[in-house]
This record gives sequence, structure tokens and C-alpha cells, in this order.
Amino acid sequence: MDVVLQILYIIVPAALIAGTPLMLTAMGGLFSERSGVVNIGLEGLMIMGAFGGIIGTLMFEGFGFGAASPWFGILFGILLGAIFSLFHAVASISFRADQIVSGVALNFLALGLTVFIVREIFDRGQTDTISSRLFRTDVPLLSDIPVLGPMLFSRVYVTTYIALLIVVLVWYVVFKTPFGLRLRAVGEHPMAADTMGIKVQRMRYIGVLLSGAFAGAGGSVYAVTIAGNFASGTIVGQGFMALAALIFGKWTPFGAMGAAIFFGFAMALSTSAQQLPGLQNIPQVYFLILPYVLTILALAGFVGKAEPPKALNQPYTKGSR
Amino acid sequence: MMNMLKGRAFNIAIPLIAILFGFLAGAVIMLLSGNNPITGYGALISGIIGEPYDFGETLQRMTPLIFSGLAVAFAFRTGLLNIGVEGQLIVGWFTSVYVGLAIEAPMVIHLPLAIGAGALAGALWGFVPGYLKARFQVHEVIVTIMMNYIAIHVTNSLIRMYLLDSGQRTGFVNPSASLESPFLSEITQFSRLHWGFFIAAAACVIMWFILWKTRKGFELRSVGYNKNASLYSGMNVNANIVLSMVVSGAFAGAGGAMVGLGTYQYANILPSFTNIGFDGIAVALLGASTSVGIFLAAFLFGGLQQGANMMQAQAGVAPELVEIIIALIIFFVASSYIIRWAFTRMQSRKEEK
Repeated sequence: MDVVLQILYIIVPAALIAGTPLMLTAMGGLFSERSGVVNIGLEGLMIMGAFGGIIGTLMFEGFGFGAASPWFGILFGILLGAIFSLFHAVASISFRADQIVSGVALNFLALGLTVFIVREIFDRGQTDTISSRLFRTDVPLLSDIPVLGPMLFSRVYVTTYIALLIVVLVWYVVFKTPFGLRLRAVGEHPMAADTMGIKVQRMRYIGVLLSGAFAGAGGSVYAVTIAGNFASGTIVGQGFMALAALIFGKWTPFGAMGAAIFFGFAMALSTSAQQLPGLQNIPQVYFLILPYVLTILALAGFVGKAEPPKALNQPYTKGSR
Repeated sequence: MMNMLKGRAFNIAIPLIAILFGFLAGAVIMLLSGNNPITGYGALISGIIGEPYDFGETLQRMTPLIFSGLAVAFAFRTGLLNIGVEGQLIVGWFTSVYVGLAIEAPMVIHLPLAIGAGALAGALWGFVPGYLKARFQVHEVIVTIMMNYIAIHVTNSLIRMYLLDSGQRTGFVNPSASLESPFLSEITQFSRLHWGFFIAAAACVIMWFILWKTRKGFELRSVGYNKNASLYSGMNVNANIVLSMVVSGAFAGAGGAMVGLGTYQYANILPSFTNIGFDGIAVALLGASTSVGIFLAAFLFGGLQQGANMMQAQAGVAPELVEIIIALIIFFVASSYIIRWAFTRMQSRKEEK
């Protein structure tokens, strides 16, 4: 029993930490896709966010903000993510570009642009490491609870709890407010929404901008907690993993949250399985591919059918049928 | 005048305009970052055609790009977006190298066998999303993205477990499975140019032939134009979807074989994606999914990537600028609706006067 608990004390916090950026980014994807715009560009938006998070933190450290700098860094990452998502919004909503192609281009552009700027500023392929990182802390009182305390409230980042709160907030906004209803209407049946006086294009712009902001948050949180600096290899696949979490979670906030934590769990297992009794004989590759295999199975309907929003990937032209 | 902007002429104009805009944006970025665009582009061009070596390397780089472009275009003609070319290429690379290492045979058998094995692996990787699309209506984009990650993790772990030779790579393939060409290498100042270039050129012809000269090709294109009409006229739409993904994957896998048997002669543990597959999307898009277009677009992007080194060495411009230009070209081609719109707007203005 003790052994199992020891394992859980290592794995559960690691899963939560790895799942946090995915969770935030998946929320971004949710806003965009619920409004009917596919966002393959989440990866690129996360790259922008991570870049913004580090550059912002370094900047505010320079201004003498000290320990508060990473928080401003995250805000900067959110801002950059939102601005950068405008590329996707303009191309796929106003210019009626293929949303998937536009998303792919966004990923290319983000990586090229950020590494280019980093090279121009730092004269090498990576940024300086930030000195005021967010560190893992114990939550007072709660971490003293037996069993649950060491599992959920010890050696964690505050950002994880904030992310969980945001998921609840996103659920409320998308399913309990008029704004959320409009957003979903635009993603399911834009013509009907248009008839009811909802501005389809505007709602979609908002959806994509929010996806940029949230993916920016996901990227910057990853950067200031786990990575500590930015290079071309900082974000490799987390954005696609977040997209997978969104689909695996059937385009719902809590589903995506669960999937993100589960994927985090698989990632944590893949790195620490070698040290765990009973698991060290399973090749690491199985844990590495688990999230992706599960997503495919989910889509094929083996793990409950994942039904995308009806108008996903369809540009809307006023007056067309 | 209006007629000129419709149909074929316009289809050629759009990529050219997109390239122009892409380079203009690149120039602006160079200006903003304190570089001289003329020096930068000068270095870029000399890095492509300055020396025979550069030209040889450009052709070497464009070889797999042709294949990945053909792969994307082939699926696209059937109305499918194959983002999984990257993964299909990686498994093709690995499998061809494995066959090249593990088997001893005369070259006439060994080399085609190794390339064929790569194509087969890619085809298998393409079959999965094709089948899921046909059977369960799962969107191929998501499945292919997932298959990319599965490909890189699985091949990396297979290399790590069974084939590790020195450092992060396998041993060199047997000479009987190698595409290496001392002749081509020599005339290009010992670049890595190999016979694969001609295979790639032949593949362009093959795709054109399949799509435009065979009945199956007609069916595939027909499914791409209108699924329902094709179904109504008695075509098996689902079978065509699977076939399209399989052929597309085979092209990608063969492209991987070019990298494995030609450029490197080995497979290595990949720290991240090769991006050849993703670049294939850009190549196919810019080449308007035609064989000739893909050949030219692959030359452009292969050249840009090769010239980027010289741009950094001579003009001090970070090579990532090339990635930015390529990304912007994709944006502009994809947004051709607005270019078309702007053109017709300009035309009607002129006619009013």
C-alpha cells in the first residue's frame, strides 16, 4: 500500500503539472472550434505564448518587478497569443482560406518568427533563462491532509489551480451565458444564427482571439514553470496534444480538462515509469504514444463517439445556402 | 481583359503573387531587424546557384520535398487533407533503411525492394486514417496528426532498441541499397546529390499519369470534386478514399526512402519532426496540386532552405527568415479568395472609367 501511495505522490502532481498547459490551451481550442473555426494552429499559438512568457518575464525582471515578473510574463504571453491569432482569424474568417491550411501556416510562422527574433536579440538559438521562475510550493493547511494532501496540494504550481478555476469559468461562459449560446449557435448552424441577428463573423473573430489568448496562456505557463527559457524545442507537440485533449473530451470544458490531466498522466508515466516498481518492464514508447492512440480510438467511436460542432471548418458567406 | 483573369492564367498568377508578397514581407522583416534586404537576398540567391555544390544540395533538398508535395496533392485531389505525410515519411525512411541494412542482395533487387518497403510502410500509415475516414467518418486531419506522433515515437524507440550503431543513428545501409551516386556527387563538388532526384522527377510523371490518364484517377478526382455525384454514378466513394490515402502515403514513404537511402544512408533518432512532410503541404499548395507546379515549388522551397545557410554566413540574417517567408506564402496562397476579389475589384474600376 505504501509503495502505491509513494508512486501516486510522484505521479499525480507530475500529471497535474504536465496537464496544466494542455488544459489552458484546450480551453482556447474550445472557443475557436465551438464557433466553427478549426484551430490546428494551437501549437503555433502556444509557441508564441511561451516566447511571450519568457521575453515578458525577462523584460519585467529588467524593470525590477522581481518575483512578480513571471505573472506579467504570462500576461504578455496571453497578449501575444491573442494578437498572433489574428492571422488565423483574418485568413480563415475574412479571406475564407482553408482553416486547416491557415492553421498549419500559423504553426510555421510562429516557430520561424519567434526563433528569428530570439536570434536577433540573443545572437543564439535560445533566450536567457529567467531568474524569477514560478516554483512548486505546498498549499498551507491543505497539504497536511493525509493521503490527499501530498497527492494534490504538495509541491504544485499555483497555476494549476488557476487553470482548474478557469475551466469552471469557461464551462459557465460557454453553457450558461447568452454569449456562450451565441458562440455555439454560430458553430452549429451559422445561417440560423445569422437569421436571429447574431453577427457570425464577429463571434468567430472573438472565438479565435480567445483561442489565441488561452493558448498563449498555456504556452507561457509552460515556459515560466517547466521550461525556464525559450528555444525552438520548447513547445514540441503540446499544442497538438491540447487539440487531442479537446477532441477526446468531446469539445466540452470538463471533458477536455479530464483528457488533459489524463494525457499529463501518460506523459508523467513515460518519464518516470523506469523508476516505478511493476512498470519498469513496459517500454517507454507505449506511454509516449498512449495519448495519440486513445484520441484515434475516441474519434473512431470506441471510447464514445466524439461529435464535432456541425459547422466546423466551413467558412460562412452571408446569403449563401 | 476579364477573361485573362479567369481560368488558367489566374491559377498561375496566384502563386506568383503569393511568392512576391512572401518575399516582400521577408524584405520588410529584414529592414525592421536592421539587415539590408538586398544583401540578404543576394546571399540567398548565391547560396542556391552560386556554386555547383549549392545547386547540387538544392536538388538534393528538393528530392524528398517533391515526394511529400506529391503525397499531399494526391490526397488533396480526392478531397482529403493529408497532414500525416510527415509521419508516413518517417516510417518510410525507417523501413527502407531497415531493409537496406538487414538484407543482402544484388542491387537490382535490393534497391527497389528497399524503396518499395519504404513506400509500403508509408502506405500502411496512410491506410489507417483512410480506413477510419471511410468506415467511421473520422476527420483525416486529426488522425494523421496523431499518426505523426505515433510514427516518430515508434521509429525512435525501434532504432534505440534494435538498430543503434553509433551515437543516435543506425549503421549505414549496404551499398546495394544505396542511392548514392559518385558521379552526381562529383559534378556538384561533392554535394549529397543522389539518384533519387531522377526518381522524384519520374514520380511527378507517375502522379500525372495516374490522375489524368487512368480510369481510377478519374474516379479519385471525381470523388474530390463531388462525393455525392460520384456515389450516384456508381463509384465506390469509400474505397476511393482509402485508396487515395494509401497512394498518398506510398508517395510519402518513398520520399522517406530517398532521405534514408540517398541523403543520409542511415536512420537516426529524431529529436523532432523533419518538417519535410509539413513543407509538402506548402509545396502542394503553391504548386496547385499539379505535377509541374510541385516540381517548381519544391525547387523554390528546397532552394530557400539551402540558401538560408549562405544568408546567415554572408549577410548575418537568421535562417529562420526562410521559414517565415514559406509560412507567409502559404497564407497568401490559401487566401487566394481575397487576391481574386481585389483583382476583380480593380478590373471593374478600370472598366467603369
